[in-house]
Amino acid sequence: MDSVRYDRPGSGSRIPLALKILVAGGFGAGKTTLVSALSEVRPLQTEEVLTGAGIGTDDLSGVEAKSTTTVAMDFGRITINDDLQVYLFGTPGQDRFWFLWDELAFGALGAVVLADTRRLADCFPSIDYFEQRGVPFVVGVNCFDDARRFSLETVRQALDLDPDVPLVLCDARDRQSGKEVLIALVEHVARQRGEPVPAA
Amino acid sequence: MRAESPGPQHEWLDDDAGPVVRPYTLTGGRVRSAGDGFDLVAYVLAEPGADPAVHPELHPEHRRLVELAARPVPVAELAADLDLAVGVVRVLLGDLLARGLVAVHQPTAAAYLPDDDILKAVVSGLRAL
Repeated sequence: MDSVRYDRPGSGSRIPLALKILVAGGFGAGKTTLVSALSEVRPLQTEEVLTGAGIGTDDLSGVEAKSTTTVAMDFGRITINDDLQVYLFGTPGQDRFWFLWDELAFGALGAVVLADTRRLADCFPSIDYFEQRGVPFVVGVNCFDDARRFSLETVRQALDLDPDVPLVLCDARDRQSGKEVLIALVEHVARQRGEPVPAA
Repeated sequence: MRAESPGPQHEWLDDDAGPVVRPYTLTGGRVRSAGDGFDLVAYVLAEPGADPAVHPELHPEHRRLVELAARPVPVAELAADLDLAVGVVRVLLGDLLARGLVAVHQPTAAAYLPDDDILKAVVSGLRAL
């Protein structure tokens, strides 16, 4: 992206570093919920919200409680310090918005793929996408109240995950739980660089 | 049949839908601009002393962008603050850039490939939340 840099040294305010983390997964897997739980500001939305319109085009079985879906992406912000911010972008949950993914994935630190054990196959496209592009990712198994519990090993086999890819249980509504997923991702990114992040 | 329904029913419009607008009206129909390459997390910062008032052709949304960019703000947040599609905001930012009213700081290599110190800072920052 150096060809489109417009930096002007000495123009005053320090520019923070922004890291992009994507939150992907099937329709209704909890992407918006996770972004909301982690963001320090109300989750922001860029394009339009598709309401009711998804009925007929989205498969709603098992996700009856979800009445809206986002056309583009919602995002949240976590300020690490004055010079470092993490932006979480929820990816569009429908196949017809794949074209937006490339822009989101460009320069991303990594991704969280949320899996819903009631509809495990829904996260296959996300996993394929990040595997093919070499974007580091972790899989968060979102524990829905009415979902059957599976062992992580069963889920790992069902997803045919590379043994290196972290797989963690989470509750997308819970901030602490969401934090653990993000930490697992950043540690995974660091491990891939061959420099483990100390536990403390 | 509802009297206020103009024209044929559109399947995307129901009681929960907001007002129907044509987002690119604001850009005079332009969908491509110098701002096309701006990353969602590129920071926009108003140039010191930027005064959009001397450019009468600019819209209130242009002026609002310059105000918001008094501190560094990423493109995605500007779009959310103005409640405009990112594509529209990129066109408007291209206009501002062409007039020297803002600087756009694209993510650096450090953001794409952060070093270990940055990753450590992120992990400890997350733990401290």
